[in-house]
Amino acid sequence: MTTTQHRDSLTRERANELIRAWDARPGTLGSLLGRVTAVDQVGVEERVEALRRRSIKKASKLWALDLAIRMIDLTTLEGKDTPGKVRALCAKAVHPLPGDPTIPSVAAVCVYPALVAEAKEALRGSAVRVASVATGFPSGQTFREVKIAETRAAVDAGADEIDMVIDRGAFLAGDYRAVFEEIVEVKEAAGPAHLKVILETGELETYDNVRRASVLAMAAGADFIKTSTGKVQPAATLPVTLVMLEAIRDFERQTGRVVGMKPAGGIRTAKEAIQYLVVLYETLGPRWMTPELFRFGASSLLNDLLMQIEKERTGRYQGPDHFSLD
Amino acid sequence: MTTETPKLRPWTGDRAPASWGLGEGQAIPWEYAPAPEAREIVRLRERYGLFINGREVPAADGATFTSIDPSTEQPLAQVARATPADVDRAVRAARRAQRRNWGALPGAERAKYLFRIARLLQERSREFAVLESMDSGKPIKESRDVDIPLAAAHFWYYAGWADKLDYAFPGRVARPLGVAGQIIPWNFPLLMLAWKIAPALAAGNTVVLKPASTTPLSALLFADLCRQADLPPGVVNIVTGPGEIGMHLVRHPGIDKVAFTGSTAVGRLIAQGVAGTDKALTLELGGKAANIVFEDAPLDQAIEGIVNGIYFNQGEVCCAGSRLLVQESIADQLIGKLKDRLATIRVGDPLDKNTDVGAINSRQQLERITELVNAGVAEGAELYQPACELPERGFFFRPTLFTNVAMSHLIAREEIFGPVLATLTFRTPEEAIEKANNTPYGLSAGIWTEKGSRILMMVRRMRAGVVWANTFNRFDPTSPFGGYKESGFGREGGVHGLHAYVRLEDR
Amino acid sequence: MAPRSPLPTEPPAPRIEVRKTYKLYIGGAFPRTESGRSYLVSAADGTPLTNACRASRKDLRDAVRAARKAFGPWADRTAMNRGQILYRVAELMEGRRDQFVAEVAAAEGLPVAAARDAVDRSIDRWVWYAGWADKISQVLGTVNPVAAPYFNFTIPEPTGVVGLVAPERSSLLGLVSRLAPVLAGGSVAVVVASETRPLAAVTLAEVLATSDVPGGVVNVLTGHKRELVPVLAAHVDVDALDTWGVPAELREAVEVAAAENVKRLARRPPGVADERFDWTDPRAAQRPEWIAAFLEMKTVWHPIGS
Repeated sequence: MTTTQHRDSLTRERANELIRAWDARPGTLGSLLGRVTAVDQVGVEERVEALRRRSIKKASKLWALDLAIRMIDLTTLEGKDTPGKVRALCAKAVHPLPGDPTIPSVAAVCVYPALVAEAKEALRGSAVRVASVATGFPSGQTFREVKIAETRAAVDAGADEIDMVIDRGAFLAGDYRAVFEEIVEVKEAAGPAHLKVILETGELETYDNVRRASVLAMAAGADFIKTSTGKVQPAATLPVTLVMLEAIRDFERQTGRVVGMKPAGGIRTAKEAIQYLVVLYETLGPRWMTPELFRFGASSLLNDLLMQIEKERTGRYQGPDHFSLD
Repeated sequence: MTTETPKLRPWTGDRAPASWGLGEGQAIPWEYAPAPEAREIVRLRERYGLFINGREVPAADGATFTSIDPSTEQPLAQVARATPADVDRAVRAARRAQRRNWGALPGAERAKYLFRIARLLQERSREFAVLESMDSGKPIKESRDVDIPLAAAHFWYYAGWADKLDYAFPGRVARPLGVAGQIIPWNFPLLMLAWKIAPALAAGNTVVLKPASTTPLSALLFADLCRQADLPPGVVNIVTGPGEIGMHLVRHPGIDKVAFTGSTAVGRLIAQGVAGTDKALTLELGGKAANIVFEDAPLDQAIEGIVNGIYFNQGEVCCAGSRLLVQESIADQLIGKLKDRLATIRVGDPLDKNTDVGAINSRQQLERITELVNAGVAEGAELYQPACELPERGFFFRPTLFTNVAMSHLIAREEIFGPVLATLTFRTPEEAIEKANNTPYGLSAGIWTEKGSRILMMVRRMRAGVVWANTFNRFDPTSPFGGYKESGFGREGGVHGLHAYVRLEDR
Repeated sequence: MAPRSPLPTEPPAPRIEVRKTYKLYIGGAFPRTESGRSYLVSAADGTPLTNACRASRKDLRDAVRAARKAFGPWADRTAMNRGQILYRVAELMEGRRDQFVAEVAAAEGLPVAAARDAVDRSIDRWVWYAGWADKISQVLGTVNPVAAPYFNFTIPEPTGVVGLVAPERSSLLGLVSRLAPVLAGGSVAVVVASETRPLAAVTLAEVLATSDVPGGVVNVLTGHKRELVPVLAAHVDVDALDTWGVPAELREAVEVAAAENVKRLARRPPGVADERFDWTDPRAAQRPEWIAAFLEMKTVWHPIGS
């Protein structure tokens, strides 16, 4: 090596050191988040308004209602959940409308870690999966070790999917590195289970933050990004969903990796569910129109979907008494 | 993109998509419904007359012309074809009404008539929206959500000024000019009528209005609304007919003011037509607006703004963002996103609620657009159009995107007035400003960036009458609209919109 | 054949009318005063008319709370929307014209023609102010040419909760003249009605309740001014006070109390006595300055540069 080449490579080495030091500053994620695209609130909300006015054909509507059922993560996340409650939920998840075999099962059942084993048992023999919340759901305000241990235990108990919450405190304090590392560790602890990362968009408040958190979660290995725990208002909204879907689209373009999306909380009617599907279709296209890449985190939505299917078939508006509460 | 790709965990998903009986790559059963807005709400008559002195009358020689639906090429109605004698009658009626009635009415009473008109427009909004779409080709979702509400809002806003002119012109007494001759285009028929009539009447003038020859029907329905409001006869007069009738009105010695919206070419003729007279004049003409996107812009919303800027109303908009100026560092990314977005635009039946882009207003306009697009290809610009099916009949044109456009190309300089976007790149703000201003037009501009100070700096330097920052094609009756340079002079909307219709005297 | 019941031989008795109860208007509802008290309202000629609620300090407290809650959403509406809502009030006042004319004629001892004139002017004046809602910021707002590279603009914003002591003698036109400008500017009001002539104020409240005015934007209390006005003046969550109808003997104490939280005060012009003020004169009684009295001016700076 000549002296000039030697000098050149030393300079390059020094430059790389400086970049690494810069990127390793506490809190920041250097170039990862530095170029997150800005989001204009008014523009997002106007686009959503335009998409809400789309109307789809009757035949497409029936298919959409069926698809929406197959996309549901039927959820119960209450302090007062019991094995009995979970068993009833699982029965409904497998056969939403007893006596009507044309109605499909939902995608998954979503419960607290302590009830995973019960759910797994109740769902044996069906294709419905068990999703467990973890990492100190819903607040996430507990120790890293506890979050990792909880994740492992939920998977051991039989969870096929883990819905984790990000550390919003760290995020809003600007410690993006901590948020990133935590997701990486939880993904590792989840092993074969697929990981959904809950951003809790109601606490992030701005669409810029939602986009930033989406990029961060996807870069850290999320299989799905999810809007909310359902315990904070507002939970899922169409604008927040659009922002996350746009982030997923750009991520796929840049890295080739396909990430799914789950709006959760506050989606109660079939009409809203179809609006979400319209937004999904016009942002990501037909490839994402599958439970493998899109889920609804909901509970009362299921009955409204069943009522709407019945109405489309018979022409009559339905009442709630014909559909089981659980 | 200079973003460093993060180290990714490999995706271990090897699950097949949930089966619903479809094979790999098969299309999903997702289709938009035709969702047509019912035509029946409009009771179309076979024949319409002129509206002079509060009554519907045939043309002096009984002549008529046909108004067609450009999406089907079917005739809608026969409309009276005014003669110069009819224009004369209308101007006289307007003058009588102004002198004996409207000009002497206290402002508060004029206001109440205008409030009535605003309320009636709101009540009959669906009827007007459907008729507007049938006659002009614009999508029902635009006539319903933009044109008609804005028209009602314009009457609403100016109604409130009728008895407050003292405050619009402090220290001066604002008197009406007298009779206004107003000529409007076919791209926003009812809205342009509102922009003209509302301030004129609020200030105490009476009007003779000539709608465009391809879109007379909403103006004639408006005449019916004037009757329903008990507007005194002669305050509003509507004469329908070809362009020459407009020139006749312009040259009529009995009018005090001319207001014109249309092409720059015709605007020149009109200005020549009032030369040497004392007639007041305002002109709202063409444009070739630059929509400027910086690298720090909110890109997904910028895409919406670009699409709205040039494909809204089929691009038949004077302030359309017909030139996209994108910062070179994000050009590929933005164009890629734009092409993806174009794939979801729906072109079709204007009365279908799902339609985004409707019919071109006339065969003549369609031919002009085609000609210019062919010229663009011949000049060496790269053409892109999404593959969308067009209806077999009617005047339709696919949304079109040109890249590799140079400032010297015809398509970068001529107003196309169709759904055709020309894309150029720039490196610095200075270069963007130079390119944006390098046109004889100066109606509007768009700026997309997160940086507030840059917005304000560009605003200061842009030679355009309306600048939209992080948005596009936003209109409001309180917001003055009008051009610099050959895009015309005078403003419509806001307090400034009153200036054109008053004569200021000392207290 | 069964005997038929006898036909009435006397002339039919006059129909007994269903008399209106005059209640308070708070938060969009019509509660009675929590104190259970009332007082007798008489016509100008002494004829007893009806009982009106004698509102208490607790009613006033509730009204201020309702007004504060309504202020944010009211101020957040577009100016055009507020203007349309105010115009709708005028539409409904027009429908109640006869009731207002009767109340004004009785309360103020006016011949019917004069009462009708006062009511018509009230409606027209309300329309006038409705048309100001989307224009006042164009007249009062400015772009200021500062001598430095900054974009500098001033925009008016509504003050907030306005305590309005209504003119004592002009029971409808005077009230409308002072209330409409408050609403046109985007503020909300707690009104202490004329003590001797409160009925038109309550009917106006009924009009507001059936228009699109959200609950709490206007609240109307009837009762004794000497009980209510000092409480209103001292209330710290009231941002401004219209003192037109404050009895002379209370004026100084009221203004002293209002100073505690630096309330903005709108006063009668100097030398103007309520007894002699001509509400029918638009130059005197219909002024955009009365909107400006309840507006705050916000000035913003932003650098201009690439």
